[in-house]
Amino acid sequence: MGVKLLLEKANVPGIRTYDVYRREGGYSAAEKALKEMSIEAIVEEVKKSGLRGRGGAGFPAGMKWSFIAKPEGVPRHLVCNADESEPGTFKDRYLMEFLPHLLLEGLLISSFALGSNDTYIYIRGEYAWVADILEEAIQEAAKNGWLGKNILGTGFDCMIHVHLGAGAYICGEETALIESLEGKRGNPRIKPPFPAIQGLWLRPTVVNNVETLAAVVPIIKMGGDEYAKIGVGRSTGTKLISACGNINKPGVYEIDMTISVEDFIYSDEYCGGIANGKKLKACIPGGSSVPILPANLLLKTAKGETRYMNYESLSDGGFATGSMMGSGGFIILDEDQCIVKNTLTLARFYRHESCGQCSPCREGTGWMEKILQKIESGKGEVSDIDLLWDIQRKIEGNTICPLGDAAAWPVAAAIRHFRDEFEWHINNRELSQTSNFGLQHYADPIHVPA
Amino acid sequence: MSLEFNNEQMTEFKRLVARYPEGKQKSALLPVLHLAQDSFGGWLPTEAMDHVAVLLNIEPIEVYEVATFYSMYNLKPVGKFVFEVCQTGPCMISGSENIIAYIQQQLAIKPGETTKDGIFTLKLVECLGACGYAPMMQVGKIYREHLTKEKVDAIIAEYRMQVAAQN
Ligand SMILES: Cc1cc2nc3c(=O)[nH]c(=O)nc-3n(C[C@H](O)[C@H](O)[C@H](O)COP(=O)(O)O)c2cc1C
Ligand code: SF4
Ligand code: FES
Repeated sequence: MGVKLLLEKANVPGIRTYDVYRREGGYSAAEKALKEMSIEAIVEEVKKSGLRGRGGAGFPAGMKWSFIAKPEGVPRHLVCNADESEPGTFKDRYLMEFLPHLLLEGLLISSFALGSNDTYIYIRGEYAWVADILEEAIQEAAKNGWLGKNILGTGFDCMIHVHLGAGAYICGEETALIESLEGKRGNPRIKPPFPAIQGLWLRPTVVNNVETLAAVVPIIKMGGDEYAKIGVGRSTGTKLISACGNINKPGVYEIDMTISVEDFIYSDEYCGGIANGKKLKACIPGGSSVPILPANLLLKTAKGETRYMNYESLSDGGFATGSMMGSGGFIILDEDQCIVKNTLTLARFYRHESCGQCSPCREGTGWMEKILQKIESGKGEVSDIDLLWDIQRKIEGNTICPLGDAAAWPVAAAIRHFRDEFEWHINNRELSQTSNFGLQHYADPIHVPA
Repeated sequence: MSLEFNNEQMTEFKRLVARYPEGKQKSALLPVLHLAQDSFGGWLPTEAMDHVAVLLNIEPIEVYEVATFYSMYNLKPVGKFVFEVCQTGPCMISGSENIIAYIQQQLAIKPGETTKDGIFTLKLVECLGACGYAPMMQVGKIYREHLTKEKVDAIIAEYRMQVAAQN
């Protein structure tokens, strides 16, 4: 069993309630932070921990906190990003559903450190039932003096508010989230100014992911240095991975980032191998936006070294032969899956979710979906592959927010690694409608199930 | 037709607005539109949006532009129960297509349509954050996960019973 810092208590009966959470040692980190530590000391521990943002970009949390502007007389805000809409990702939901008080405790400590008296949890509208769980936990915490006025007699006031979104992936992008929280369409803002200077209501704002803020609790408990000893290199602490697709045990797992990808997929403690005795074909290791990898490049890097479940190792080889840790949404495709079709559903997703502000993203995502639809339905031409490649290149880097890149990368990676499957679709128009390309040379040479 | 919140709904409205600082009441727009949709039959007629605009002291256009942006707001009437089935990659590779086809067959409607009796609407949606429990759909607030044909049958029967019990 690996180290568990976040989910250690997830299976304790009743842990969702305040009483059980408190009895199990909950809110002791908040007590320590508010009563015994200075704001600077808390930020310092988070910096020392090496904690990187768990929402996808991996930006060091402590550094982000230290950027927040502190103009005299202007309120500051902490906003918790619980929009979780990246396909393949469902870890934040798990944390909030089973350990709502862990998130609240993390929010309280972080609000104290940032000077946020009104902290918002922006949660995707479809998670309305999770929002109910959070609201109940907030009431319990307030009743027991952890939220409200003059918390623990420190003079610090803090309230946490849950704000429901209404169905828009783009609102996970932090500036779109802020717009949405102001009651507007989720159109990302041009940066700078960054939210740390002018965010919510043009006030200094820090936006962090659910898992990032929950991780502040163990960091305060054990100290930043101890936290940083877990994991490897710049991948410190533990990471939640939501594993899905064609595996025996889909679910949310907490890993320390020293485990190999192969162990994560095949060991019974985690994914338990590929379902139905099938073979591994490909994997999207960090949520739908990151490059897909064929089995051989997933388990080993291009240099033939073992690949591990951490930021550095997953991106080893760059986009040519590597991928990214992203949001931790780990999607496994078995030998029966069609790469063209999978890429099409993702292209449709990004077309649907583009806010439409930038023409390369708005037009490009539509074009990519149309061309993929054409290839998938057996009407494609070989020149369509080059056209797809050309379109994705023209989106990447030419837009206001990274959704454009996120739409371009999956298409680029699919063509890069599975070009012959696209060609097969085009050259076998009828056959491709009734059968699959299968594994061909992507067959995982290591694991041939008996 | 004039649509207005009743007393109970007004209490909830005030609770929602109180979360935001003075003068920033527009921030409550998304939660208030959810309240309006729940209060007025599962969708947002223009009158409902105009009512929200008056209550929040903003222009009607500010409400319309938001209502048309977000996928959860229905701008047309829907059935009593809306089956929102996820069709994105992870669900697709876990068998959502069969489930979607089966629901279409059982309810005799296509995506976007409502059954003649007004009970069911089928809507295809993108990833709902339940990829590990696929195939899945959302009905109202509830997530229905690990769907099979048998489960779909049972769910349809359950809602039909609910409607019958109310009549
Ligand atoms: C299109 C898009 C969608 C995003 N969705 C999410 C999301 O659902 N949850 C999240 O925490 N971050 C999301 N992000 C990243 C946020 O912009 C931001 O980096 C993050 O909330 C910062 O928190 P962290 O540093 O703790 O990760 C998204 C970014 C983009 C470009
Ligand atoms: S890249 Fe796409 S989603 Fe992002 S701002 Fe531009 S149009 Fe909107
Ligand atoms: S892909 Fe269906 S819930 Fe995520």
